[in-house]
Amino acid sequence: MDSQAIATSPEHTPSVEHAHPPYLRHHFETVEQQREASSFGMWLFLLTEIMFFGGMFAAYLIYRNWYYPAFVAGSHQLSIVLGTINTAVLIGSSFTMAMAVYSAETRNRKALITYLLLTITLGLVFLGIKSDEYHEKWEKHHVPGLNFSVHDFVNVNPAYPDDKPLPLDMAEKTQVYFSLYFAMTGMHALHMIIGISILIILVIKAYGGSYTDGHVSTIENFGLYWHFVDIVWIFLFPLLYLISRHQ
Amino acid sequence: MSEPTANPHHVVGPKVYLAIGGTLLLLTGATTAISFVELGVFNAVVALAIAVIKAMLVVLFFMHIRYSSKLLKLTVAAGFFTFLVLISMVMTDYISRAWGLW
Amino acid sequence: MSTASTIVKLPPQEGATLPKKSYLNSEYGLKSWLLTGDHKRIAILYLISITFMFFVGGAMAGLIRLELLTPQSDLMATDTYNKVFSMHGIVMVFLFLVPSVPATIGNFLIPIMIGAKDLAFPKINLLSWYLYLAGAAFTIAAMVLGGVDTGWTFTTPLSTHYLNTHVVTAGLGIFIAGFSSIFTGLNFIVTIHRMRAPGMTWFRLPLFIWSHYAASILMVLGTPVLAISLVLVILERTIGIGIFDPTKGGDPLLFQHLFWFYSHPAVYIMILPGMGVISEVISTFSRKRVFGYTAVAFSSVAIAVFGFFVWEHHMFIMGVSNYSALVFSLLTMLVAVPTAIKIFNWSATLYKGSITFETPMLYAFGFLGLVTIGGMTGVFLGSMGMDIHLTETYFIVAHFHFVMVGGMLMAYLSGIHFWWPKMTGRMYPEQVSKLAALTTFIGFILTFFPQFILGYLGMPRRYAAYPPEFQVLNVLSTAGATVLGIGYLLPMLYMTWSLKYGKIAGANPWQATGLEWQIQSPPLTENFLETPIVDHEAYDYEWLANKTQHEVQTVG
Ligand SMILES: [Cu+2]
Repeated sequence: MDSQAIATSPEHTPSVEHAHPPYLRHHFETVEQQREASSFGMWLFLLTEIMFFGGMFAAYLIYRNWYYPAFVAGSHQLSIVLGTINTAVLIGSSFTMAMAVYSAETRNRKALITYLLLTITLGLVFLGIKSDEYHEKWEKHHVPGLNFSVHDFVNVNPAYPDDKPLPLDMAEKTQVYFSLYFAMTGMHALHMIIGISILIILVIKAYGGSYTDGHVSTIENFGLYWHFVDIVWIFLFPLLYLISRHQ
Repeated sequence: MSEPTANPHHVVGPKVYLAIGGTLLLLTGATTAISFVELGVFNAVVALAIAVIKAMLVVLFFMHIRYSSKLLKLTVAAGFFTFLVLISMVMTDYISRAWGLW
Repeated sequence: MSTASTIVKLPPQEGATLPKKSYLNSEYGLKSWLLTGDHKRIAILYLISITFMFFVGGAMAGLIRLELLTPQSDLMATDTYNKVFSMHGIVMVFLFLVPSVPATIGNFLIPIMIGAKDLAFPKINLLSWYLYLAGAAFTIAAMVLGGVDTGWTFTTPLSTHYLNTHVVTAGLGIFIAGFSSIFTGLNFIVTIHRMRAPGMTWFRLPLFIWSHYAASILMVLGTPVLAISLVLVILERTIGIGIFDPTKGGDPLLFQHLFWFYSHPAVYIMILPGMGVISEVISTFSRKRVFGYTAVAFSSVAIAVFGFFVWEHHMFIMGVSNYSALVFSLLTMLVAVPTAIKIFNWSATLYKGSITFETPMLYAFGFLGLVTIGGMTGVFLGSMGMDIHLTETYFIVAHFHFVMVGGMLMAYLSGIHFWWPKMTGRMYPEQVSKLAALTTFIGFILTFFPQFILGYLGMPRRYAAYPPEFQVLNVLSTAGATVLGIGYLLPMLYMTWSLKYGKIAGANPWQATGLEWQIQSPPLTENFLETPIVDHEAYDYEWLANKTQHEVQTVG
């Protein structure tokens, strides 16, 4: 890898440098070093997130192969329309987040605040739709552990009249599908909630003039987090909603 | 070997973001539409391929990896590599468990 | 660079005085410690909290050995015994061994060794300490509220369905402590990549840095998988989702896969930093560059990478596929190679070295011998046939205690003694500490060697009672544990004593080459007066000997 030392180089001594901006922390030599370090740190954190969700994706892969009919029946209980809308909403919020980073880079405070607020709004819309879906699952008794009933799976699903009802033992296995559904989308939603809370703080600080003074690392790194949450959904959407439409 | 601190910060503009955002929306529409067509096993393959393309677009452009140092590119690759190790090594058990004893 | 040893004769440090300004007295008051961003102060905070947890876990170990003195379960009820050994494992693994060397010695030294003022993210470093405290608090709460009896492995469905103890509290504690470890690893990786002084290229880094780098990769990539498996266990216990629950269609073995995907690499998270300590100590007291520097450096990375490919050897008897077990068994043999490379290179470093036997070196010798036995018995357990006979017996208990206690704890104590003068500015008392090192070694062998035999004879682990014919060996083991306990109490006492009465150490008492020895002891808050420029390899004793005058950066 980089066999050159990057911390400092002799021709890069602070005296040559322009005066240190206030946001340069004392243990870094240059702004660029600080910025590189913080985005590298953020990426490493996202690696842990990949592995965190990775465990659940592995579980999904295994159980889908074991209980294919149950996964088909389970996914036929989800609304593709809502799923597609939510995907579009989240992609939209990723776009507005990217534009927020751009606004910070171009030191446009008004645009920054607008885009951050738009991102919050889209995030809330996503969560709203998601909670509506959760509510529906609850009413249909599809929540394993709390109020699960196999009723919908041993009978014909009106939305998919061609589906044969499942035998009882396979119908029981839809609990695995819904366990994964709730664990995965729940963890994803938790990440969204954390993200929105941070966004609110960012907006307040942006009002105070932060992030448009050349120090964009915070906004940039938060952007990375938000996009990562988007990517998780980009995979959850086909896995949970789409790929089991046909038997 | 890599481009260290001297690497000037690359600002990605709204045009790129718009193009990428639009493509992502198109791909979302496409993947939903294709899911209504009966393709057998290829339903899953196509849906996942589209998801991978979408994820790559987000990583490369929204997350600026296309303009980032080798170190960051390698970091992303390492994450996916370890994820693949988890998946594939777990699968060695699940695939062959039913093969029974020697 | 030569293959022979070079004896460095620095000016005598007899008349050394403590520097007027250092990180210890730059600020006063509790707040200046609890809100500090200084990696050295955070290391000290960790040192205190980890030592506390070590004695908590040690007390549990003492209770276990006392119970096993007699064949009947007479000291405590069997389920109390289960709680005691569970708590011993949880505390020792997650709250002592995982953070032991990295969070204390590593935290203190990594920035100094690479010539930086601090870790890349001082606030996150402080946050990891608070997360550690929170994790420890939850774990202790679980213990005080009535304990948890899953063993440290949280095996499903035992942990999710059959136990009425505080699994959720303990699980949350480990989840939180896991994030402490993730943030430490993340901080180290960024620091090593981005904060190195001019001229400090990758192949001039001390091997201590390489091994911490490798361990950090494991922390960042492995720990989240433990986190998700614990989250799923907690969700299964509280709401009753069915991912591991066989009655709902889940597979309990999947929990094992996820758990060991972290917990096998965790062994390397624990041992790799210790190996880094050993490299430094052996080089210093043989006055020779570590033999095969590049091989040792890359073997650390190789251990980290291979570490992700072998976890299933913990599951051979649990009903996994035979074919897959074969693959994992072969891969397990592979991971022994880089470890062996290290052992051989350390031995070659000793060859023709000018060896002296200071306390850190004694511990390092203990490490070499014990970790070799521990590693070799690991090969027994990694081979499928032997494993069926030996697993879940005291053989496996002895095996991992040889690696963890005989290896890691020896390395930890070696490192603490070695860098004590740097951390505090004062020497530990040499004679008593040699006695302590010897006591530890004898106590260790006496405690754990009989357990190999017990295991081979078939005594299962995790039971409070055993057939009377095993009593002699168990009594031996308990006697050894007593000696071992004294061996651990001694350093605790004389280290505290030395804070006030120890001889003043001077900047470089060992005549060692690392950057940390070229600055005053204890260091300044900003470590270096000016950023050092590195122009020599690591362990270059000729460079140190040829320095016309030993410029130690001291203030006051
Ligand atoms: Cu292992």
